[in-house]
Amino acid sequence: MKYIFYLIVYGFALTAAIGLFASWIDRKVTARVQYRVGPPILQPLFDIVKLLGKENLIPKGASRFVFLAAPVVGLASVILVSALLWLNVTKPGASFLADIIVIVYLLVIPSLSIMMGGFASANPFASLGASREMKLILSYELPFVLAILVAVIKAGFSLRLGDILVYQAHNGAIATNVSGVLALVVAMICVQAKLGLVPFDIAEAETEIMAGPLIEYSGPGLALYRLMKNMLLFTLPFFVIILFMGGLKFDGINILYSTLKYIGLVALITVIRNTNPRVRIDHAVRFFWGPLMMIAIIAVVLALKGL
Amino acid sequence: MSIKLKALLKSPWVFHLSTGSCNNCDIEILDCLTPRFDVERFGMLLAGSIRHADVLLVTGSGNRKCIPRIKKLYEQVPKPCVVVAIGECSLSRGMFIDSYNCPVPVDKIIPVDVYIPGCPPKPEAIIAGVVKLIEKVKNKK
Repeated sequence: MKYIFYLIVYGFALTAAIGLFASWIDRKVTARVQYRVGPPILQPLFDIVKLLGKENLIPKGASRFVFLAAPVVGLASVILVSALLWLNVTKPGASFLADIIVIVYLLVIPSLSIMMGGFASANPFASLGASREMKLILSYELPFVLAILVAVIKAGFSLRLGDILVYQAHNGAIATNVSGVLALVVAMICVQAKLGLVPFDIAEAETEIMAGPLIEYSGPGLALYRLMKNMLLFTLPFFVIILFMGGLKFDGINILYSTLKYIGLVALITVIRNTNPRVRIDHAVRFFWGPLMMIAIIAVVLALKGL
Repeated sequence: MSIKLKALLKSPWVFHLSTGSCNNCDIEILDCLTPRFDVERFGMLLAGSIRHADVLLVTGSGNRKCIPRIKKLYEQVPKPCVVVAIGECSLSRGMFIDSYNCPVPVDKIIPVDVYIPGCPPKPEAIIAGVVKLIEKVKNKK
């Protein structure tokens, strides 16, 4: 019973509220960058509510069950992973052994659910987008894991998020070291790709393949996907903050620091997304496996040397 | 008014369908999204896929090749949805009224909720039309 309460309150409600707010920040900053006024603060919520009330169309020839189940799978994994991350804030030390591995696996499932939905919807654009998403997962996953490895090595080869936070509480944030900074850069670029934002919105490329894997989704399915993406906009920066920036604390003046850390990362993501063109999929794969991989390996080696 | 319609009026996503227009109306529609007019203030976004859309913007004279496609797209919009005819061509076929290729205006093909005249209508006129549309939906339900 306690776990269900935890999943609903922290995993879903709080994460969704912050995620919707973050997506408003994202849209507002985008609008300001383009000298526009931008949408009102409740706009992301209106979008979700509106989509939930619309008709749900299932395309002819689509795999009905997978098409309907895919958004639910993605949303469920995001709820689970955010509940696991909140655990480190509400009950420090309650995390279990090797929870980083679970989190890394769970963070792939939203992308997998988008792929499932894309392939199930029997649309050529959706299949194209889904296959691009698959290539993107293959390309960013390895540098992301290497960047996480830096934090793991720093915390004395512990795969527990709680140990990483304890280490950072004693020795300062991991991002204050050379290896930590490199790993943070790599992780942020991978987060950009995980969120599917420009320059890595290749799967959804609006001007080429409309909405990519989401093209056939309407009504509730699309609402769940949007909610999932908005929640990821909170979950992924939160994970990066826990790994490299000392985690979020909510006592006294730390509330201010935590808010600034999070808003800073969201603003960074938004600025990257507004100042870059979309790259092609082969460029993205080459970028992730080439320069970014090199930086990640250098960071790991530096971390092993103790820098 | 139900919460469904209220949310719909707060975030109408538009899909833009050109049925053989000269592109002037299309350019004016895109003008609405530029910093000067910025319809995202009212939550309007240009949707890439018809299945994401709530508002179908039809421009152009609706020629014979386009008529089946207009019908098909109208069937694909998830309901509730509204249709806006923009420009003289889609209202009354404009200068193509005697053409063999434009048998009927757009509102004989699909039900149209709002007519925005002009050749092309200014962005202000388009926004005024959308405001009328919102009023209409509010009063209807």
